[in-house]
Amino acid sequence: MEAFVKPGEKNRLKERPERPAKEELQPRVVTTPDGQEITVEPLKDYYCEAPPKVHPPAYFKIVEDLFNWARAESIWILGFGTGCGAIEMRPLMTPRFDAYRYGIQWRPTPRQANLFVISGYLSVKTLKRAIRSYEQMQNPKYVVGLGSCTINGGMYWDSYNTIKRLDRYLPVDLYITGCMPRPEALLAGFLELKKIIKAGKGEGANRYAENFAWYKANQKQVIHDWDMPDYSW
Amino acid sequence: MTFEWMKIPFALLTLFIVVNYGLLLTALMQKIAARVGGRHGIPIYQNYIDLLKNYALRSAITHGFMFYLGPVFRLTGGVGLLLFVPIIYGSPMFSNMSFAGDLILALYFIFFGSLGMALGAGESGHPYSAIGVTRGLSQVTMAELPLALAVFAVAVQYQTLSITEIVAAQQGGFLHWTLFTNPLAVIAAMLSFLGSMMRPPFDVVLAPQEIPIGPPTEYHSAYLALMQTNRVIFPIAKIVIFMNLFFGGASNWPVFFVKVFAIYMVSVLVGVVFPRFRVEQSIRWFMVWAVPIGIAAILIV
Ligand code: SF4
Repeated sequence: MEAFVKPGEKNRLKERPERPAKEELQPRVVTTPDGQEITVEPLKDYYCEAPPKVHPPAYFKIVEDLFNWARAESIWILGFGTGCGAIEMRPLMTPRFDAYRYGIQWRPTPRQANLFVISGYLSVKTLKRAIRSYEQMQNPKYVVGLGSCTINGGMYWDSYNTIKRLDRYLPVDLYITGCMPRPEALLAGFLELKKIIKAGKGEGANRYAENFAWYKANQKQVIHDWDMPDYSW
Repeated sequence: MTFEWMKIPFALLTLFIVVNYGLLLTALMQKIAARVGGRHGIPIYQNYIDLLKNYALRSAITHGFMFYLGPVFRLTGGVGLLLFVPIIYGSPMFSNMSFAGDLILALYFIFFGSLGMALGAGESGHPYSAIGVTRGLSQVTMAELPLALAVFAVAVQYQTLSITEIVAAQQGGFLHWTLFTNPLAVIAAMLSFLGSMMRPPFDVVLAPQEIPIGPPTEYHSAYLALMQTNRVIFPIAKIVIFMNLFFGGASNWPVFFVKVFAIYMVSVLVGVVFPRFRVEQSIRWFMVWAVPIGIAAILIV
């Protein structure tokens, strides 16, 4: 069963015992061709462990408003199809719906994207990757949950390996309902998201940083082989 | 040689005009490509918003020193190229910092940005970056060859290494353009031009189907914005050189706008019609078609 605690509240479910990291992630000593010995600590060498910071908005409201307008009108989606709903993203790029005319583009790298669309059910395995991808995106960033699976588990409600409520693991700005939602619903959702961003309410990244411990506890509750640092930008 | 301080504000003005023209032009080209595909495409001002958005992102992370410098080098390549060639022929204001041997410098600047980018992208550590850089450098090296041959053919033809003098020699009707006096050199250079515009069939660097973003995979926020700025300046700077060397230069801004648009259009037309080459196909293509024409151009002169 999943943990269900409100942000700020203490996690009542008991902690799971930590598993030892996989062998390829353990620190080890490597000998180079010229005979030098180097210690390799994959978790330290490849990732950053600094927790996310809260990035305050610009000091002047008028500047922040301008920035928010620009952010709303230039939405770059991380192209990462997480569930069956992802299939509805493709028609959006085609002549019939043509999301590009709204300033919506797809970027295949989390670094350049500012909107993460979780397109449907998230298995625990994918959740791990989704979290890492989300953490690699730059502040401010937004999350849209697509389809009923992200809201209440949908038809995977009693499945053992999918999560039920996305907003326990990532700060969701907007849900788009349906199983699966039509591209029109998606477009309507994106336009709604634009309103949220323009109103300055798209502060999910800061919410994530503020309630970091709570999010991490929830994530670790379902991901059993954690095998990565708590935060990996 | 005396240095005129008045050149600085005019150089900045040039930069300003070119950045704005570039932002609109690239959006227009994307729109044209979208129309070919039956879409509406992005709004014409979309590039401004994307740029502002990227500068407005609050956080940025770094992968090291060269990672910082990559976009800076890239931008230096574009701006440098623009500032050292005469933009408007016969105008003392907009000839910028051009000087007697500027052709060599221009050739160097075309390559310079790619090298800086290669170092920066290499340090980002992403496998796609490394693959993109390898692909990019092999193609750029290959595409540079016919361009260099064509440029030398032109230099031999006009007996000078100064772009201004080359433009001067082409004045007096379009039949004096290098396009008509030395068509082989122009063909070789235009084939090379296709290779460096990052459009199909030669977009092996970004390779949207295999390594979706290529070298800039790890770049974000302000770094990416710097590179976007360069991406609008650099093609125009390059087109300016082509315009000056082969198409008679431009004696005022309207002519400049029209000619740059027309030359840019060549790569877009080719791009929307053809699918993408693989790396070895593209290199072979340059070897088989562009390089012999370049050599022939030199021999004929
Ligand atoms: S909501 Fe329906 S379409 Fe979407 S992921 Fe779940 S089962 Fe698939």
